[in-house]
Amino acid sequence: MNKRTLLVALAALAAAGYYFYGSGGGSSDKPAPGTPAVVFDTGGKFDKSFNEGIYNGAEKFKTETSQAYGEFEITNEAQREQALRNFADKGYSPIIAAGFAQAAALGKVAAEYPNIKFAIIDDSSITLPNVQSIVFKEEEGSYLVGLLAAMASKTGKVGFVGGMDIPLIRKFACGYVQGVKATNPAATVFQNMTGDTGAAWNDPVKGGELTKAQIAQGADVIYHAAGGTGVGVLQAAADNGALGIGVDSNQNGLHPGKVLTSMLKRVDVAVYNVMKSAKDGSFKAGTTSLGLAQDGVGYAMDDNNKALVSPPMIAAADAAKAAIVAGTLQVHDYMTDEKCPVQ
Amino acid sequence: MMKKVHGELPHWVDTALIPAVNLVVALLVAGLVVLIIGENPLEALGILLKGALGSVRGWSYMLYYATNFTFTGLAVAVAFHAGLFNIGGEGQAYVAGLGAALAGLGLEFLPWPIALLIGIMAAMAFGALWGFIPGYLQARRGSHIVITTIMFNFIAASLMVYLINNWFRPAGRMAVESREITHISLVNLLPPSPLNAAVFLAGLAAWFTWYLLWRTRLGYEIRAVGANPEAAVYAGIKPQRVIMITMAISGALAGLMAVNEVLGVHHRLILEFAGGAGFVGIAVALMGRSHPVGVVLAALLFGLLYQGGAELSFAKPAITRDMIVVIQGLVILFMGALEQAFRPVLAAFFFAPEKA
Repeated sequence: MNKRTLLVALAALAAAGYYFYGSGGGSSDKPAPGTPAVVFDTGGKFDKSFNEGIYNGAEKFKTETSQAYGEFEITNEAQREQALRNFADKGYSPIIAAGFAQAAALGKVAAEYPNIKFAIIDDSSITLPNVQSIVFKEEEGSYLVGLLAAMASKTGKVGFVGGMDIPLIRKFACGYVQGVKATNPAATVFQNMTGDTGAAWNDPVKGGELTKAQIAQGADVIYHAAGGTGVGVLQAAADNGALGIGVDSNQNGLHPGKVLTSMLKRVDVAVYNVMKSAKDGSFKAGTTSLGLAQDGVGYAMDDNNKALVSPPMIAAADAAKAAIVAGTLQVHDYMTDEKCPVQ
Repeated sequence: MMKKVHGELPHWVDTALIPAVNLVVALLVAGLVVLIIGENPLEALGILLKGALGSVRGWSYMLYYATNFTFTGLAVAVAFHAGLFNIGGEGQAYVAGLGAALAGLGLEFLPWPIALLIGIMAAMAFGALWGFIPGYLQARRGSHIVITTIMFNFIAASLMVYLINNWFRPAGRMAVESREITHISLVNLLPPSPLNAAVFLAGLAAWFTWYLLWRTRLGYEIRAVGANPEAAVYAGIKPQRVIMITMAISGALAGLMAVNEVLGVHHRLILEFAGGAGFVGIAVALMGRSHPVGVVLAALLFGLLYQGGAELSFAKPAITRDMIVVIQGLVILFMGALEQAFRPVLAAFFFAPEKA
């Protein structure tokens, strides 16, 4: 490498730039007005969990209305803002951002494009007239599966495998432990987190190892909130005679008869509703909180787990659900004080 | 008369033609992959190039990515010259973010130019520390630098998750990030793109690296240790000392990436802001032959691939982000691992006339 080479290379780059600059922006083709767009989080849209729920909601809207939608999967932090602005620039609306990690970028871009509707899932920190924030009461759904886990457990020991030690996952864990302890105060709950890098959400092998370790300590029902890692958790539970509990999407069918239930977090419904409300003009800004009362969270029953959940268990879960909806049973939300009353 | 097949190729063939041929072959193979999934390769290449070079915003994003890759590429390159394979750029940059954020959030009582300067120095110092420890373990304890730097990436990730979660995150906030750094920031050159004054810092770092390696006594010692540690001892050089200093310099260079991200782009300490740039730096250094000019050019190429790739998967959802990684991987394969593959062909072409 010498100076001349550098000059030649820079000149070539500049010439190429001039050539393409003249030919205009390659992605200037605009979509039809009112075309929605989705920005998935780093997990990717086929994570069998959170992002896939969002994908399913968007696909449902597409099938029903024959309305195509724009989509982008994030690979690095700088792309969050870039993708949102790209969609806004082209006039996509509503633009849905998946996950709390997009909050800072969405707040910035939404302020620049007041005429475009935005929605963000799992965050409520943005207060702009064109942003709808959707959060879920994960603790309520987790409470119910905790209750079911405690009733299904023969050893009195249950497990929880989280993705990363972040507030959202602690919120899941705290609701779960409350449900377990309310049903069997003597029960033990083992809690493990998978890792500290983005890989923690997509590491089925590590998830399986943690599950086996918990089973070795006596756990016989294991709940996961770990995205793609959970596939390994459910696999290890099924292979070692324990029961798994799925999360976000209905994962009962991954191992029929070996998955006790799934804690449903209906991000698919949320995404579908945002797209539909924008289409029929009923889109509202502000925070929507979806819990058991709104069927935003819940536990999954289908043919795959019918034999595992006995009528008394269903009765107990439904009674707890009714009490939570009526307000007579309070499930503590970890985010209010960042503490969990039980461990 | 002897055939001059093994003679020296003209300089411009080595430095310009061979990389260009490699790049073209890489793009051809990548084009085949695009063809297999049912998209038009020429159109895809057009979108990729246009996405990076077709607008001011494209250029600015390309330069922003190139800034990161220059820092991490230089970090790897400096270590290479001492015969050290520093895989820890990712962790060094991540921990360096801690220094930048501490200065940004904690020094609000100082005038901002001083605080900014301290912020940059702190990022370099934290990065240097994270490089120095594996350097010390290599020099004094014989623990292999490849193993320790990988380990230090994981330690950095755990440390940062813990600190951001429990120390930096404002109470009640779901997002795992610190509050906004408002006191100091690098000048944003072309808003709304993330390009900021750190790009000049990258140029300065490249010049500094060249000056250090080829114009200073320490640089000579670094290269001597890299060429032959035993011989270096006879020249009065202490390899242990050089290894530790080199790793600290390497870590400091990687740490500058945190200045770009934390003080220039996000203005807060966020989870995983390094985003793999530390590992891309290895490819950048290899492709750039560990020379600062080569590193800058390779960083620009990777910046182009990153920005153009993002635009490509934006315009063509069928070409997923994983496909973009495949295309980037092919470019690395042909330009790095198979760089000499076409050399004999070119050599035969150049020296053929002398046979007659």
